[in-house]
This record gives sequence, C-alpha cells and structure tokens, in this order.
Amino acid sequence: MTSADAVALVLVLAIAAYACGGGIDYGAGFWDLTAGGDDRGARPRTLVDYAMAPVWEANNVWLVFVFILTWTGFPTVFESVLSTAWLAAILAGLGLVLRGAGFALRKPTRQRIRRRRYTAVFGVASILAPFFFAAVLGGVASGRIPVGNRAGDPVTSWLNPTSVLFGALAVTASAFLAAVFLVSDARRYGAPDLEAYFRRRTVLAAGALVVVAAVGLIVFRFDARYLFDGLFSGWGLAFLLLAVAATAGTVWLVRRGNHLGTRLAAIAAVASMVLAWGMAQRPYALPTTLTIQAAAGDPDTLRWLLIVTGIAVILVGPALALLYRLDLTDRLAADHDIDLTAAHAAPEAPMTPSALVDAVDDRRSSGPQVASPPRDAKRS
Amino acid sequence: MSGSAYQILAESQVLPAREQMAFTLMVHVILVPLGVALPFITLLMNYLGLRRNDAVAFQLARRWSTVMAIQFAIGVVTGTVISLEFGLLWPGLMGRWGDVFGTGFGIEAWAFFLEAILISIYLYGWKRLSPRTHFLLGLPIPLTSLLGAFGILSANAWMNTPQGFTLDSAGNPTAVTVEKVLFNPIFGPQYWHFIAAAYMTAGFLVASVYAVGWLRGRRDRYHRLGFLVPFTVAAIVTPVQMALGDGLARSVFREQPAKFATIEIVWTTGPNQAEYLYGRLQPDGTVDGGIKIPGLDSFLAGFSRNTVVQGLSGVPAENRPTATEATIAHWAFDTMVGIATVLLLLALWYGLAWLRRRDLPRSRWFYRCAALAGIASVVAVESGWITAEVGRQPWIVWEQMKVAEAVTNISAGPIWASFAVLVIVYALIAWAFIGLLLRMRLRWRGQDAQLAREETAEPEEPVRAEAAP
Repeated sequence: MTSADAVALVLVLAIAAYACGGGIDYGAGFWDLTAGGDDRGARPRTLVDYAMAPVWEANNVWLVFVFILTWTGFPTVFESVLSTAWLAAILAGLGLVLRGAGFALRKPTRQRIRRRRYTAVFGVASILAPFFFAAVLGGVASGRIPVGNRAGDPVTSWLNPTSVLFGALAVTASAFLAAVFLVSDARRYGAPDLEAYFRRRTVLAAGALVVVAAVGLIVFRFDARYLFDGLFSGWGLAFLLLAVAATAGTVWLVRRGNHLGTRLAAIAAVASMVLAWGMAQRPYALPTTLTIQAAAGDPDTLRWLLIVTGIAVILVGPALALLYRLDLTDRLAADHDIDLTAAHAAPEAPMTPSALVDAVDDRRSSGPQVASPPRDAKRS
Repeated sequence: MSGSAYQILAESQVLPAREQMAFTLMVHVILVPLGVALPFITLLMNYLGLRRNDAVAFQLARRWSTVMAIQFAIGVVTGTVISLEFGLLWPGLMGRWGDVFGTGFGIEAWAFFLEAILISIYLYGWKRLSPRTHFLLGLPIPLTSLLGAFGILSANAWMNTPQGFTLDSAGNPTAVTVEKVLFNPIFGPQYWHFIAAAYMTAGFLVASVYAVGWLRGRRDRYHRLGFLVPFTVAAIVTPVQMALGDGLARSVFREQPAKFATIEIVWTTGPNQAEYLYGRLQPDGTVDGGIKIPGLDSFLAGFSRNTVVQGLSGVPAENRPTATEATIAHWAFDTMVGIATVLLLLALWYGLAWLRRRDLPRSRWFYRCAALAGIASVVAVESGWITAEVGRQPWIVWEQMKVAEAVTNISAGPIWASFAVLVIVYALIAWAFIGLLLRMRLRWRGQDAQLAREETAEPEEPVRAEAAP
C-alpha cells in the first residue's frame, strides 16, 4: 500500500465517521420533522431536544477533517470537486448552518408558532445537508467531475440519477442511525412508549434503506458502470455484503432489546456502505479520469499527514474512550441546556406537558419546576 | 468569449469572493479568542474554587464553561463554512498549494476534535465527577487549543513567508519539506502575537460583563471575583503583547518589506522615514491628512533614524496593493496599536492600584473603561486581522500566487447571492447566540436571588451569602 492509498483510506474512513456521527444528528432532524402535529409530535420532539446538545456540533469536525485530508492529500480533487459541484456544496453548507441555527433557536423557544417555524427549519435543513453532500459524492462516483477549476457542469454534476440515489441513501441511512440511537436515548429518558416508537421506526428505516440500496444498484448499472462493477467484485462486494448483514443484524438486535449491539450494528452497516463505495471506485480518485496515485500530493506531505493522523489517533482514542466510559457509567450529566429550557419555560410555561420527568434537582443548579436530567431521576 | 471579456469576468469574481471570505473570517475571528483563552480562564477560576473551597468561584467557572461550550459549537459551524469556502472560492489556491501547506490544517483538525471531547467531559462532568478529577480532566483543554492555533497560524504564516518547496519547470511546487513549511520565518512572531491577543481579548471581554454589573451596583463577591480573575489575566498579558506586537512588526519589516511599507504607507525607499498616524495614501504617493512624526518609522523599524525602509514605489504596480488597500491596512494597524496602548494604560492603572492598596481601583471611570475594554479588544483583533490580510495584497501566497489567480471560475452573480444568504444566516445565528447568553444571564440572576432568600432564612452556607446580588 502506497502512502497515497493509505491517505485515501483514512479519507474514506473519515467520510464514514461523518456519515455516522453527522448522520445521527441529521437523522434526528428527520424524525423531528416527521413527528406530526404539535400534540402528537411533542413527545418525540422533547426526546430529540434531550438527546442533542450543542456540543454535538463537534461532529462537524469530521467534515472539516474530510476537507483538509482532501486538499492536503489530493489537492486537484478538492479543486475540481468543489469548483464544479459548487451549487450542491453551497446548499449542503447552508443545510449544515441552518440545522444548527434552527435547533439552537428552537430549544429555548416555548411560543408555539415560532417553535413550529424553527422545527421546520431544523427538519428541512437536516435533510438538505446529507442529501447534497452525498449528491456531490454521487457526481464523483459516476465520473461527472472533470479535472480543473470549474471544468464540469455546475448542475448535472450533482443532479443526475446516481447523485439522487446517493442523496436518498444518505438521508435514509441518517434516519436509520438516528432511530437506533433514539431508542437508547428513550430508555435513558425512562420513556418506554418512545422506545417502542423508535424501535418501529428503526425497522421501517432499515426496510427503506434496503429498498433504496436495491434501486441504487439498478441505477448504478446504467449510470455509473465503473462503480457498479466495483461493487460486485473484491473488497467492494465484501463491504456491500457486510452492509446488508449489519442492516439485518440491526433489526434482529433491536427487536431483542440489545441496545449496545444495535448501535454497533447500525454503525457497521452505514460505515460499510461508505467503504463499499470507496473500495468500488479504486484505483480512481475521480473515476475514470484521475487515479489516486496521480491525484496524490507531495510524498513528504502525505507521510506527515499519516504521522499526524497516527499521533492523533493515539491522543483522541483514549479521550474518546474516556468520554464513552464516563457516559456509560453515568458520571456525566447534561444539566446546563435543560436548565436553560426550563429557565424560559418557568415564567410562561404554556407547553409543560412535554416535560417527561419533573423532579427538583439539586438546588444549586436549578430553580423551581425544573425538568431535571433524567439520569438524575434514575439515580434517586 | 474574447480574452479581454474573460479577463473582466475573472476580475469581477475576485471582489465578491474576497468580500465573502473577509466577512466569514471576521465573524469567525470574534469566536476564536474565546475558544483559545476562555478554557484557561475558566480552569483558573475552577482552580481557585478548589484551593479555597470557594463556592462562588465554582459557580463562576461552571457558568463560564456553559458559555465556552456554546461558543465552541458555533465556532465549529463557522469554521466548517470556512473550510468549505476554501474550495468554493479559492480552488486555485488549494489545487496548487493544498499539499504544500495543508499539514498545519491536519494538526488543527485533530487538536480541535480532542478539544471537543475534553470540553464535553468538562461540561457534563460538573455533577458526578469528584471536583479534583473533573478539574484534572479539564486541564489539557488550554493545551489542545494552543495546538489547534498552532496549525492554523502556521498555515497563515506560510502564506506570508512561503518556503519548504521548490518549483519544477512547469512552475508547480514539488519536494515539500514539511518542517520548513510549518516553521516558516514569520510563524513564531505571528503565533505568539495571536495567542496573546486571544488571552487579552477573552480576559477583557469576560471582565467587561462584570464591570457593567459593578457599575449597575452589583458589588458582591461574585461580581468582584468574576471581574478580578479574567481582568488580571488580560492585564498581565497586555504589556507582553506590546513587546510581541513590536517584534512581529519588525519581523514583517525584515521578511516582507513591501507589506511593512503598506502598513506604514511608506512610498519612497530611504532612511529617516516619517511615521504617519492615520492619513490617506494617494495613488501618486503623497499622504493626505494624518499626523506626521518625522523619523519615527525608521526608528521603530531598526532603532535608528538611519534605518532604510523600502517604499511601495520600488515595487512594480501590479505587485503592490492599491493606494486604497494600503490606506485600509494602515488605518487598521493604527487602530490596533491605538487600542492596545489605551488598554496598556488601563492595565497599568490596575497594577498601580493593586501595588499601593492591594485592591481594585475605586474610580467609576476605571470600571467604565473596563466595561468598554472587551469590545475594544475585539475591535483590535479585527483590525489586526485586516492589517495582516489586506497588507498581503495582491498576493494570496506572498510573491508566489496572486489572489486573482486563486479565485474560482464561478461567475460573480452566484457568489454575490451566496454571500447575501450567508450574511442573513449569520445574522440569525448571532441573534440566537446573543439571545441565549441574555437568557442565561437572566436565569442565573434569578437563581442567585432565590438562593439569597433561602440563605437569609436559613444560613447553612455562609460563603454563598456573599454571592447574592
């Protein structure tokens, strides 16, 4: 494996990480949007509010990392893709920013009409971002990005059968991942009805994912032949089969109520899909005009990029493990933003039924009538 | 399309691309000082809480950590937009130089990720972790932010003093030496200048909140401590920053003489150059308005009136900024230095009061100035950034690539449109962010009032009684 291949692999893994990390956030927005009217959708939306904290915007760091790896490792690819598929990139970026803004604005808002407006922004943006980011990758996979500064078609490079299918896959996969994670969040929250609610949606999303993927394979057969052939041979096929198996496994595990297993299986399913695409378009960075070798940047830079990545994994790995360990052993408690919501709700409080657990927290951090973080409720 | 028409088109997209990039960076650069220095100030307060078992200090640290997390989240979003814009607006820069100066960004991304994880642990660890463990887990955060800033500043410094590559026969960079790229000549001075600016800004900004509280009559221990700790940090850093800034200016004089000439609007090469405070450079090289101090510019550059300073007229017209650009960079520089000088006086006032009476100055004017110091230091950071970026014109990579060569081939119309959308969306975010901060303030004030009532009825925690407004 050359250093260019190694950097390409790190790049695909980073895209997979964003598909999973970002996907969970985007998918939560999807379920939020489709939760129904004010009354019917109130409980699922409260769960989404609870499950998401501003800190998770940090998942976007994966995306930044994808950009950096691309422009450092494969500068011409970065130049060609973003200058040609600029419209899709702008729409995706807009979705990313609006999603964050819509969510941040909605969380402390209790006024019905404004809340509804922010919900719509948050939900629609959560679909825009994964759709358009994936559509750009669809343009790459189907060979519609020529080398150069705005050398390709600014519309058909991302508005074509393969891109639409990539976009649909990304939105479905996000919804699937988010449903899985919301099942676990609902259990933590102590809301068995929401647990069942998102369990049903997990199965539904898994079914949709299989259907979209099947349609996708037919479309690729005619629109992205190189990708199609790659998906049915070697590593491409291996990861495709793994994705199918992991999706089936997710459904099986969620029905058995194995939460950790379900989450791992769902992540394996989505990551395998991304890896299958990456493996299928080897050895090309831009099929079928620019190979990974030809696109690669300076060898010294690539070597350093791998060293930096190695050091980072050594540093980030333990930190991430610590975060998960503290979280799983219930030593982390999200009180600040819930306090914030309650702060605004307390004087007006027109929409209190959405608060699932009402308990008075330790008085230092919260006032009267505060919905305490559910994990506290479990402790007491 | 004819050659000249194409030329005009290419020129026309430079303006919206530059404006959009400038706008995005100007927003981001407000958040950066807080991201770099607020963790340190928060941890310092946390440490004081631990050492003296001081509930008020804990309370302040805890509240600051919330602000830290929210501004970090917004910084992630605006930072993502910037990395997207590198490709959308400047594909020429990234396509040609991406692999030369990209390593710094790689370091920054990982450092940022580490910081995000540690901030999550710190923010959510207040309740259940032991105070000591919690503090120790937060301790690496300031280091990760220093590492992140290292990556970005190294990349920006490289655009000013590019090295660590050779050009092949086709003019493309090859044979990259990453160590030379990362540690380029102006990196050191630029890095420490920026870090000091971040600590000053975050310190003055946080302190200004409590200065306003003091002026409005909230003179309890909570406000005193909330003012004292960040203001002390800023006051210690300010004189250091004057020296660092002076050093950076002389590095620019050595490494980028044309940029120095731009910043100081020097037209003709020679010794005994005058320093202009403000003043507008005219296309013919004369300076309109401003205060002229004979010989000072030469003295500042080389500690002697005989120091020869290169003038802009020595640079071919197409390789130097326009008179307007030079004036913008010069005004920004003078504004930055002016604000820093006033802040230095404020820091001295504070230092003298402390030496003489071991207490804060009593004058209301001190607090009035301190209340303005936060905004003033943000203006200084913006000015410094304008000096650095406009002073580099017309180059995007100093003497290697011009801004016009780096720009996208997307036509001007869509760029103006996306710029307009971006302004609207950012306004929305700013509104949300400020609204959130104001709501938190209201809530915290309510909490303290309630606590005060409870404690007057039943004094179980004497130290906290002082925290009540």
